[in-house]
Formats: sequence, C-alpha cells, structure tokens
Amino acid sequence: MATGEYIHEKIPLWRDERVLRAVAQVVSTAVILGLLYWGLVNFLEITRQRGMSLAYGFLDQPAGFPIAETFIPYAPTMSFGRAFLAGLVNTLVVSAAGVVLATVIGFIVGLARLSSNWLVSRIALAFIEFHRNIPLLVLLAIWYFGIFSQLPRVQESLTLPGPVYLNQRGLYLTWPRLSETGEIFLISVIAGIILAVIAWVVLRLIREKTGRSTYFGTVSLAILLLVPAIGWLLSGGSPLRFESPELRGFNFQGGLRLSPEFAALLFGLTLYTAAFIAEVVRAGIQAVSRGQLEAARAVGLRYTQVLSLIIIPQAMRVIIPPLISQYLNLTKNSSLAVYIGYQELFAVGKVTINQAGRAVPVFIMVMATYLVISLLTSLVLNIYNRRIQFIER
Amino acid sequence: MATTTDMLSPPAAPSPIEWLRKNLFGDIFNALLTIVSLAFILFALVAMARWVFFTADWRPVTVAPLLYLVGQYPRGEIWRPGLSLLVSTFLLGMSWGVWERYVKAFAIFIGALLGILALIPLEAASITLAVRAAFLANPILIYLGYRIGRLPAVSGRHVFMLWLVASVLITLVLLPGIQGVPDLPKIATTAWGGLMVTLLLAVGGIVLSFPIGVFLALGRRSSLPVVKLFCIAFIEAVRGVPLVTLLFMFSIMLTLFLPPQARIDRLVRALIAMVLFSAAYTAENVRGGLQAIPPGQVEAAKAVGLNNFQITTFIVLPQALRLVIPTIVGQFISLFKDTTLVVIVGINDLLGIGNAVLNLNPEFVRLQMEVYLFIAAIFWVFSYFMSYASQQLERALGVGER
Repeated sequence: MATGEYIHEKIPLWRDERVLRAVAQVVSTAVILGLLYWGLVNFLEITRQRGMSLAYGFLDQPAGFPIAETFIPYAPTMSFGRAFLAGLVNTLVVSAAGVVLATVIGFIVGLARLSSNWLVSRIALAFIEFHRNIPLLVLLAIWYFGIFSQLPRVQESLTLPGPVYLNQRGLYLTWPRLSETGEIFLISVIAGIILAVIAWVVLRLIREKTGRSTYFGTVSLAILLLVPAIGWLLSGGSPLRFESPELRGFNFQGGLRLSPEFAALLFGLTLYTAAFIAEVVRAGIQAVSRGQLEAARAVGLRYTQVLSLIIIPQAMRVIIPPLISQYLNLTKNSSLAVYIGYQELFAVGKVTINQAGRAVPVFIMVMATYLVISLLTSLVLNIYNRRIQFIER
Repeated sequence: MATTTDMLSPPAAPSPIEWLRKNLFGDIFNALLTIVSLAFILFALVAMARWVFFTADWRPVTVAPLLYLVGQYPRGEIWRPGLSLLVSTFLLGMSWGVWERYVKAFAIFIGALLGILALIPLEAASITLAVRAAFLANPILIYLGYRIGRLPAVSGRHVFMLWLVASVLITLVLLPGIQGVPDLPKIATTAWGGLMVTLLLAVGGIVLSFPIGVFLALGRRSSLPVVKLFCIAFIEAVRGVPLVTLLFMFSIMLTLFLPPQARIDRLVRALIAMVLFSAAYTAENVRGGLQAIPPGQVEAAKAVGLNNFQITTFIVLPQALRLVIPTIVGQFISLFKDTTLVVIVGINDLLGIGNAVLNLNPEFVRLQMEVYLFIAAIFWVFSYFMSYASQQLERALGVGER
C-alpha cells in the first residue's frame, strides 16, 4: 500500500529532525566555546606580556588602604581579604537597613495612594512619580552633594526633635544601648521570638489536623510579649538606656552616628525603593477583587477581620514576589555608593584593583558575590512561589 | 418610555460640593487628614517656590546651556548634532503619519518640548538665533513629516528603511566625522557629552539590545538543551550583577580579552555593556510575551504545515512582540535613567557635565543642589512623559482587550 511505502521510505539526512537538532547543538556549542577560547587565548597572551598574576595569593597581603567606615574591625595593615569582607559587610548593612525602612515607607505610601482621601492619595502619587522618574544616581547626588555636604559645621548643628543633630560630620541619633543587665533582656527577646514561632507552627498544625480552634495567633502573640516582659523584670526594669548625642569639645559623643555618606546612601536608596514598593503594594491590594470584600462583609465579618483574613492574605500572595525582587534591586543598587564615597563591596573592589593591580581576580570575586546574593534571593522566591501557588481545579 | 431612559442614562457627574464632601470631608478623620495635607502642600509649595525663584542661584546652569546638550562638542561643528536632531524629528513625524496612534503621543511630546526650549527667555552668548531657529524648526518638521507620512505612497517599510539609513549615517558618519575630510573633521568621543550622549546610549542600547534579547528569549525556550543552557546562564548572570560592575568590567577589562592591537572607543565599550545588560532584561520581557501566546496557535500553525522557523517568525513572534511593546517602552525609560551610571567610568553624560561644571568653577561649590535638581528635572520630564506616552500606546495597542 502507498502509506506503507511512505513509512519505509528513508528520510534524507538534512530533513531528519534528530540529525538537525544534534547539528544545531554541536554548531552552537562550537561557536560559543570558540569565542570563549579565543578570548581566553588573547587574555593569557596579554597577561603573559604584562606579567600580570592571576592567583588569589594577594588576598593575604596587607591591603594598605583605609576604609572610612566599617562594621567589623579593620585597619590598613590587615589583608586584602579582610578589606573585601569589610566591604561586603558594609553592603549588607546598608542593604538590610534599606530593606527594613523601604518596606515600612513603601507600605505607608502604597496605602496612602489607595486612601479614599483625594489629597492624601495625590501626595502619595507625587512622592511616587518624583522618585520613579529620576535616576537613582541623580537622587544620590542630590542627597549627598546637595544636602549632606552642605550642612553646617559641628558647632552650628541643625537640631531636629529626638534629639537628632545634623552637621558636616553626619547624622547623630538618640539610640538605645544595652545596660549592664541588658543581656538578660536580649536573651529573653530572642527566646520569645523562637518560642512564639514554635507555638505558631505547632498549634497551626494541630488545628489543621483536628479542625479545633487552637488560637495560634493569640497564643504566639502572648508568648512574644510575655517572655521579653519577664526578661525586662529580671534585668531590673532598665535593660536599655537611651543615649543622646552630646556636644563635647569639637564633636558629638554618644548616640548613634551615621556618616554623611552612609546617611545619604540610606536616604536615597530607601526612598527610591519605597516608591517602587508603594506601587507593588497598591497593585497587590487592587488585585483582590471587590467581590471578596463584599462577600466577606455579607457573611458578617467585621472590618478588621475582612482585612486580616480576606484582603491581606490574598494581597500578600501578589505583593511578595515583586517585593523580594525590589529588595534584590536595592542590594544591587547599593553599588552606586561608589559615586558618593561610601565604601561598600564594589568600591572596595575598585580600590583593590588599583592597589593590588589584579583586575580580573578581584572582578570575578565582586561579581560572583553579587551573583550569589541574587541567586540565593531567586531561590527563596522560587520556593515561596511554589508554596503559595493556588491549587486550581 | 421616560422612566426607562432615566434608568439607562449614566448617573450625572457629581457637583463640586458633592465631590468635595465625598472625597475630602467624608468623616471627621478624613476632614482632619484633608486639613493637615492641605497645610503640608501649601507649606511645601511656598518653600519650593521661594527657593526656586529667590534663594537658588542658577548660574551654573545658565552660564553654559549648550554644555548640557552636547558637552564639549566643538562649537564650530555644532550643526552636526543639530542636523541629527532635525533629521530624527522629521522621521519621528513621518512615523506618526504612518503608524498613527502608536507614535502620536511621543511625536507631540518631543515637538512641544523642543518648541518650548526654543522660546525659553534665556540670555547666553552660546544661544544664538541660529540655535533657537534650529530648535523651533523641530515641531514644524514633525508636522511636515506627519503630512508626508500620511501620503498613501509612503508605507511603514519606507519609514523603517529611512530610520535605518539615518541612524547609521548619524552615528557612524555625521557625529564622529571622517579622518581627512576637511568639511567633516573627526571629533573624538571624549568631546561628546551631555544629553546627546545620554540619548545616544539609551536609544542605541535599547535598539541594539532588542534583536539580541529576542534571540535569547527564543533560545531560553528552545528544546535544544545546550542552547537553552547557554541562554539561561547568560541571562541570569547578567541580571544577577549590578550594571556598574558590567560597565566597569567592559571599560577596563574588555581590552584584555581582545587581540592586543584591537582598540575600542570607550563610549562604544560603555554601549556594549548597556546593550548586554539591556538584552538580558529584554529577553525576560519577550519571554513573558512568548508565554502568553496560547499553544493552540502553534498547534494550528503546525497543522497547516508550517515548519518551526515559519511558526516562530510568522505566527508566534509578531503576536508576542505586540504584547511586550509597552514593557519594552518601560525598559527604555529605565535604561534612559541607567545611562547616568556611565559617569562612574568617566563618560561625560548629562550628570558628568553637571559634575564638570561644578568642579571647574570654585565659585559654584555651594551650588550643587541647583545643578543636580536641574538634571533631575530634565530626567523627570523625559521619563514622565515617556511613561504617559506609553500608556497611550498601550491603549492604541489594545493590550488586555484582545
């Protein structure tokens, strides 16, 4: 029969899909590897000519350059590796502080944007549009060169309520410090958090298994408040001292000092990211359909219940993925600090290249560090996305 | 019947008083909020106006307005960027004539902006009548182009070819000049600067990254494991690092991976970094568009007997790309803002020119705020209206409707 013949007819090589696919893969691999090989050969040739070293041995040698501001002990006599670590810690500190503040401000602005009060919503819109349409680097320049470097001398500090002092040397804040017995309180706070989480998880599991109400929210909140309260009493009632900066001689002592660079970076990054987070929050809340709210009201839930049981859980599902990618953007954007002289990872890398003269190894380290942070973040994001996905019919 | 028409007619617009009561004075808390916000807005506006008109010293801006536009580009050769601008706006007008609503908002915005710039009452030696005339010619050229674009003989393909030819001539011949030609002397890119460089990097970045991004997106969805792996590795690696590191790497390390005799201009090196960075993001946007194409389209195309190449080029890509045009515009805006980072590798873009003005004049040392706010205002106007135009574009495309 005709069809039988057709099946037995041999397919020519150039139309056989399996052959074509194999050829395409081999060719593309060859092209890419060829390009990489060509670059590598050129690179080895140039490094040989210039006598550049590619080894990482220099990491143990003394760095020889100062870092103005570090959160781990560092001195120019310490190694390049230590300098790199100090830069990484600087990046992480400014990112962590930025993430917390940007989240708070972003949620406030996002909710204000949805306010039924027309004026409040417009003010929020103005904040968002201002920050979203100006490059972050220009905003940082405004904060640092326009504001923080134009501040008066120490003796003529601007005083804000708090007290907060603003001058050439930075921003001085009143800050709580642990007193002698403060450690007991600190331990009890940590214990409280851990116990509360355990209670939450266990009681919730019990409820899911048995269907009985276990009041997991109330119980864990109570633990969260009670355990630190006991610690407060044990520590004699005064675990924390609020330390205000005081002008002594030519400088302020006590309190918390943020250098002008750190403060400018933190303000710029935080407000810029907050504008984006505000839009994420608005979109997330608007994604919950009105019918949900109306249905919940119809079943007789109180307004607070509607918010906590219906709106927020559904909105968070939409908000969290883009929120995490904003956190990641903030971390990556902290590299712009090099422009205003705050020495984080990228800036330290840049100085190291000049000092040690090893561009390639240092660059690989810097980029790999950022890449690890990004990949870890997207890993967390993927796990979260898989967990919250609606199980659809 | 009268009652039916009453019921069907839309509710009347609320009177101003009603609107006020509903939106500002709903209850006591709301009224309080309104009063506080009003006080805040009033205070902020008054403080701002006083600063802008009385306290601020705008000399760093007014002393050399052309510097912010073209940088150190020789003033005798200033007709070259001018001509490039005129050609571009004329073509923009033609695009408006041909593609109608898709380009309309962009064309009107650019025309209005340049027209306003021409009429700004600013006395400066460098702002000659010729410069003003060149700016004023833009809206007229846009309109002329629009009329020509409307002619039935002109098609989208013609305009596209004209854009291609014009952009090649402008970026490779007109602006850099040719060695040894007396009428078109070579001008090193170190002299280029200001908004010109910012726009060249942003437009060049998005245009050149687009095809690469499309290929990467197709590669990422390819059924060939090796191709897929390479594309994923490239996209994730580039998206995982900050743009500054890429710019810095290309500006100091690219030469290490090329033959020793190869010399690449530093503006081009920065452009390569921007293109690769943008391509990775374009790839992810295009992938979103590709995923939105229902599989039925591909199956139907297979059933009619199209091969894989035909399915991709005639069925999937046209639909997917139409879907992602608004995202691409959004990405263009963020790339436009990101061009400021080239200042870190020593290129005098708009921000770099601002720094140069401040650093070269000791008397301007306390006037940082004025310069940076001026630059911020330029970026704001461009980005804001660009995102407005992209909303119009979205409406024209009917995204989310079809």
